[in-house]
Amino acid sequence: MNDYNFAYLDEQTKRMIRRAILKGLAIPGYQVPFASREMPMPFGWGTGGVQVSAATLTPEDVFKVIDQGADDTTNAVSIRKFFQATAGVDTTEETDKATVIQTRHRIPEAALNEDQILVYQVPIPEPLRFLEPRETETRKMHSLEEYGLMHVKLYEDIARHGAIATAYAYPVKVEGRYVMDPSPIPKFDNPKMTMPAIQLFGAGREQRIYALPPYTEVVSLDFEDYPFEASKADHSCELCGADDSYLDEVIVDDQGGRIFVCSDTAYCASRQTALQDAAAAQHEEISA
Amino acid sequence: MYVAVKGGERAIDNAHAWLGEERRGDHDVSELSVAQIRKQLSLAVNRVMAEGSLYDPDLAALAIKQARGDMIEAIFLIRAYRTTLPRFAGSEPIATEKMACDRRISATFKDVPGGQILGPTFDYTHRLLDFKLAAEGGLTDAPEGDAQPGDVPHVLSFLDGEGLIQQEKQGAETPPDLTREPMELPANRPLRLQSLARGDEGFLLSLAYSTQRGYARNHAFVGELRIGDVPVEVDIPELGFAIEIGDITVTECETVNQFTGSKTEPAHFTRGYGLVFGMSERKAISMALVDRALRWEELGEDNLGAAAQDEEFVLSHCDNIQATGFLEHIKLPHYVDFQSELELVRKLRRDTMAGAGNTHAQEAAE
Repeated sequence: MNDYNFAYLDEQTKRMIRRAILKGLAIPGYQVPFASREMPMPFGWGTGGVQVSAATLTPEDVFKVIDQGADDTTNAVSIRKFFQATAGVDTTEETDKATVIQTRHRIPEAALNEDQILVYQVPIPEPLRFLEPRETETRKMHSLEEYGLMHVKLYEDIARHGAIATAYAYPVKVEGRYVMDPSPIPKFDNPKMTMPAIQLFGAGREQRIYALPPYTEVVSLDFEDYPFEASKADHSCELCGADDSYLDEVIVDDQGGRIFVCSDTAYCASRQTALQDAAAAQHEEISA
Repeated sequence: MYVAVKGGERAIDNAHAWLGEERRGDHDVSELSVAQIRKQLSLAVNRVMAEGSLYDPDLAALAIKQARGDMIEAIFLIRAYRTTLPRFAGSEPIATEKMACDRRISATFKDVPGGQILGPTFDYTHRLLDFKLAAEGGLTDAPEGDAQPGDVPHVLSFLDGEGLIQQEKQGAETPPDLTREPMELPANRPLRLQSLARGDEGFLLSLAYSTQRGYARNHAFVGELRIGDVPVEVDIPELGFAIEIGDITVTECETVNQFTGSKTEPAHFTRGYGLVFGMSERKAISMALVDRALRWEELGEDNLGAAAQDEEFVLSHCDNIQATGFLEHIKLPHYVDFQSELELVRKLRRDTMAGAGNTHAQEAAE
C-alpha cells in the first residue's frame, strides 16, 4: 500500500478536512459542509469517520476502532486494517491506550481524557431530517434557531406513547444553540457527551463534519415533566458482572433463552481480567 | 458458558478468498482478459467510465473484471481510485462541433448539413438471439466509406440562427466542481449537469420516462444526438497556449422542447442537454430530458410537484455509489440501536398493558 499517501488521502484533501474540523470546533454542533471524497469503502460504512480519522491521525497515534462497542465486529476490523495498511499506525483494543478512537454507535464505557479524540461515524447528520427532508429548509431552520418542529415531535411522542419514543440518535442541544444529532448511539450514552476528549463527527455521504470541543455542554432534549432518562437493559453483564455498562441481548437457544453481555468488549475484557487477577491473588493468599 | 463471538478478521479473509475463487469460476473455462472486456464489452466499459467520472477504458475494463460484471461495484472501484489522483489542470471546453462523428442523427429535420449518420446502432436490429455468436461465428466486415471532411455544425444552431431557440446564458465564471467542493443547494445549471453526467443511468432513465408520461411533461424532440471523438485541449501556462492531450469519445444529446413565450416575449423553443463519456446514448437522452425538467424555474414554468422537477430530490439521489453504500449499510451490525428499540418497545408495552389493566379493574369496580 506504499503507493498511497500516509492515511490514504492526499495532503490537500486532509488540509480541506482539517479546515472543516477546525470550523466545526469553533462552532460546536454546527454542520460544516466539506468536499467528501469517495473512499475505498462504501458510503454509509464509515467514510465520514474514516476521512476525519485520516485527517487527524499522525504517525505517533495509537488507533482504536469500535463498532457497536466492540473491536472485533467485521466493519471495525475492516477499518482498523485499512489504517494499519495505509498509515502504519499502532492499533489497540484498550480504550485508555488509544489516542484516536473511531466509533460507530457507541461511546466507550471508560471515561476518556483530554489527550484523546473520539471520531464518530454519522449516517444522517441532520437531526431534523426525518421531520423535514429538504436540506435547503433544515439549514434555514438551524440558522434561525427554529426548533419548534422537534419539540412538537417529542410532544406528540408523549401524547401517543406516554414517553419520548426515541431510543437512539436522541437529539441534543449544544451550548444552548444548535440542535445536533449525536449519531445513532443509544440514549444511554448521551450523558457521557460532556467530556474531556475532543469529539469529531464525520458524515461522508452527506458531506458534513461537526464537532464538540472538550467539556462542551451537551443537553438531551426533554420536558420538565418528562425528563430525559438514560436507559439500558435492567440486567448485569453475564461475563463480567457489570451493572453500569450498556448491554447487548444475546439469544442463546431456541427456547427464548437470553443473556446480557457488555456491548463494550474492551471494558468487559478489562473487568474479566481484573476479576481473574483478584481471584488468583485470593487463591495464593489461601494456599500461602 | 457463553463465549462472545470472535474471529471477525479471519471470517473476512476467508470470505474474500472465496470471492476470488468465485470470480475466476471454473478453471476449465479460459480466463477473461482485460483487453477482451475492453474491446468486446465496450458499452459496459463506457458506462463504468461515465458514472465513475474517469476516462480510462483499461481501468474500467479491469474494474468490470474485478467486480465480476457488477456494474455499480465496478463504478465504485473507479471512483475510489479516482479519489487518489492529483488534479493537474482543467481542460478547455470540448468543441463538439469538431467531433469526428461515428453517429449523428436528428429527429427534427429529415436532412441536415453534415448528414444523418446511423453508425453502429442497435436501432432497427430485430432483437432475435443470434445463435451464430454462440458458435463463435460472429465475424462480420462492415463496408467502409470516406469520412466527410470539416466540422459538423450542431442542428440546433440552425434554429438559433432564426432566433427560434432560447439563448443560453454565457456563464463567465468557472463552473463549480462537485468532486472538489461540497454540493450546495440550490445548484446552478453547470453543477446540475455535472451531477447528472455521473448519475445512475437507470435512475435518470426512469425520471426521464416519468416526464414523458406526464409528470412535468415537456415534450422533447431529439434535435440531435451525436457520438464520436473530440480532442481535449489543456492550456499550458508555461507555453501560453493550449495543446491537445488526447481524444475522448463522448455522446451528446440536445433536445428541442415545447415552446414558451409570453405577451412580451415571442414564442421560441427551449432545450435540454446531455453529455456523457463514451457511447451512452440512452443516458445522454435521459440526461437531456431531466435537465430540461429541472429548468422549470429559469424558464418561468409552473412547479407541478413532479420528481423530475425537484432539483434537491434528483441531485441528492442520482449518485448510485452514494445510494448503494447507504442502502447496503443496513447489513452492518445494528445490535446497539436495535437493543435500545427493543427496550423501548417492551417498556411502552408494559406501560400500555398496565394502563389497560387498570381500566379493566376500574370498570369492574363501577
